[in-house]
Amino acid sequence: MKNNLSHSQAAEIFNKDEKRVDWHDETLWFVREKRDKSSHQIPGWELLRETASQIKNNVLSNMHHYLQEFEANALKNGIIVHWAADGEEHNKIVHSIMEKNGATQMVKSKSMLTEECHLNDYLSEKGIDVIDTDLGERIVQLRNEPPSHIVLPAIHLKKQDVSETFHEHLGTEKGNNDPQYLTEAARLHLRDKFLTRKVALTGVNFAIAETGEIVVCTNEGNADMGVHLADVHIACMGFEKIIPERKHLGVFLRLLARSATGQPITTFSSHFKKPRAGKEMHLVIVDNGRSTQLGRPDFRNSLKCIRCAACMNTCPVYRRSGGHSYHTAVAGPIGSILAPNLDMKQNADLPFASTLCGSCSNVCPVKIDIHDQLYKWRQVLVKEGYTPKAKTVAMKGMSAVLANPVVFDLAGKAGRFVMKNAPFMVNNGLNAWYKQREMPAPPTESFREWYKKNGTEFKEKDNE
Amino acid sequence: MKIGLFIPCYVDQFYPNVGIATYELLQKLGCDVRFPMKQTCCGQPMANSGYEHLTQGCDANFVANFAEFDYIVCPSGSCVLHVKEHLHDEKNEAASAKIRKSVFELTEFITDILKVATIEGNFPHKVGMHISCHGQRGLKLSQMSELNAAPFSKPEQLLHGIKGIEIASLNRKDECCGFGGTFCVTEEAISVKMGKDRIKDHEEQGVEYITGFDMSCLMHLEGILRREKSPIKTIHIAEILNSK
Repeated sequence: MKNNLSHSQAAEIFNKDEKRVDWHDETLWFVREKRDKSSHQIPGWELLRETASQIKNNVLSNMHHYLQEFEANALKNGIIVHWAADGEEHNKIVHSIMEKNGATQMVKSKSMLTEECHLNDYLSEKGIDVIDTDLGERIVQLRNEPPSHIVLPAIHLKKQDVSETFHEHLGTEKGNNDPQYLTEAARLHLRDKFLTRKVALTGVNFAIAETGEIVVCTNEGNADMGVHLADVHIACMGFEKIIPERKHLGVFLRLLARSATGQPITTFSSHFKKPRAGKEMHLVIVDNGRSTQLGRPDFRNSLKCIRCAACMNTCPVYRRSGGHSYHTAVAGPIGSILAPNLDMKQNADLPFASTLCGSCSNVCPVKIDIHDQLYKWRQVLVKEGYTPKAKTVAMKGMSAVLANPVVFDLAGKAGRFVMKNAPFMVNNGLNAWYKQREMPAPPTESFREWYKKNGTEFKEKDNE
Repeated sequence: MKIGLFIPCYVDQFYPNVGIATYELLQKLGCDVRFPMKQTCCGQPMANSGYEHLTQGCDANFVANFAEFDYIVCPSGSCVLHVKEHLHDEKNEAASAKIRKSVFELTEFITDILKVATIEGNFPHKVGMHISCHGQRGLKLSQMSELNAAPFSKPEQLLHGIKGIEIASLNRKDECCGFGGTFCVTEEAISVKMGKDRIKDHEEQGVEYITGFDMSCLMHLEGILRREKSPIKTIHIAEILNSK
């Protein structure tokens, strides 16, 4: 994905249409409220989160063991297992499976991993025709856009936008915005693809080490439809999708849909354990930076993520900047702690696209300390030299004055230090504070000056 | 019980009335409170920008100013949270550890340490409470809407003894206002939009004042309110609690 604009620049453009921002914010806040209602109906919700967190902590600490166990069991089940060190190797493996089967067409259900690896671009360069079958993903695919949200890929679009896109690509009536009409058109269009494609690719929500099976959660049933009609099933997963035993699955299934959309459970939770007779099932297990992240003590537990997007829906910054402002496959708070691991330079702006309000950490079903990690990434990015030099110079000057009360006092007398140096006061002609906000009115005296006249110990002195 | 009054740098210079109200309120509650004159800043502006490694001097100065006190009280949840989580002084780590444990935000100091349940005063106005994130989700001054847990609010509890006050119920109880330190200028568009949206919620409830326990958030909201020529005013909770 191109990163021509920083988050703040892209967000500023997104904010030019304030009514649309309001609509985007309210739509996602509605999802957050649905999540609140459904999670608050479960008395043991907080215990469930804690349990999930501990299961995932155990997985992260024993990853090598569980991956080997999972692979052995998957092989026993007749699944062909591939390992990919990075996105490129993942893409090559998928392409080689296509070539081996003489296939040039594929249906694909939702997989954020393939977005992360830019599989669609890779395959299309090789002449492979990929059809995304998740409705939201199909809409953005037709528009040649990436998903703006990991669960609701087309949440940035209104029905009018979808109508125009379908009119252009699927020949629906111009100006017909009726959701039922549009969905029916998508259904007919996709039905034809399902029936004619011989290879189906799916993501993986959970990979169970004990049984060697994978579980895929969808609301549209498109993963099942694709797999059941194809000769070859390719499932792609980041290695952190592992859970130890089947009994743990219930913990995650109860958390996932409630956190994502407020549903008690996804419509389909499909278990894939072995290929059907005469068919092939492949599994591609991908690292792509995950080992590196696992080796970073401050950031390793970001790998607990189950991709529910609750942190996006609750994030006041995400809701008002739109997913594309994050210029990564996974947007929002979780994306901002995952992306710098893959490329610090490209993604140095993202950990700063937050007020550190902490709501993300509170909704996270596996208790990732997202906002603390955003703070920690800021420290890393500064130390590694990925912040503007002018900022470093200003910060050094500021910290020197604040460390020295005598200088601070002098600076204060010479015109109030904070007034000159607070971020909202820096008057460089482009004062970002003043653009849409008044500055605080300066008082006649500071608290310090008042205290010198009125503080108990000064009054005592006066009385002596 | 010796109490050190920690007044954030921007409150000292822009909002002396908040410092005065805090000082007077603590005295009214019978506290022996002093303001160490050589305090400067807690270092949060640098740390949140990724420059925590430049805050050693600031930290050492903070420790030198506040080591002698039994408790340190401050009318800002955000600054208190920063001290609690990040204050270190290699040369005096024992003193920093003690300070990290004994620094309190004003309202939690009153409810949890002084064990005062409510405060008498007079403020006959409709008020909206802005729950600042660091005080709420960091210091847990009030229950967080994300959690499935029993509600409480230390600051609101204190307001219940104020005569004439009417506390508005907001549509979004604890959404961030968008101040966020340097975020307010580096992400100007989003920061202002978040502030405007918070204000709209308060407007819809017909409040006369927006109050809270963090002046930085209120300063940001005040900046937008004044630009919009809104009749709504901002006021720190210490000023309401210190009303006569």
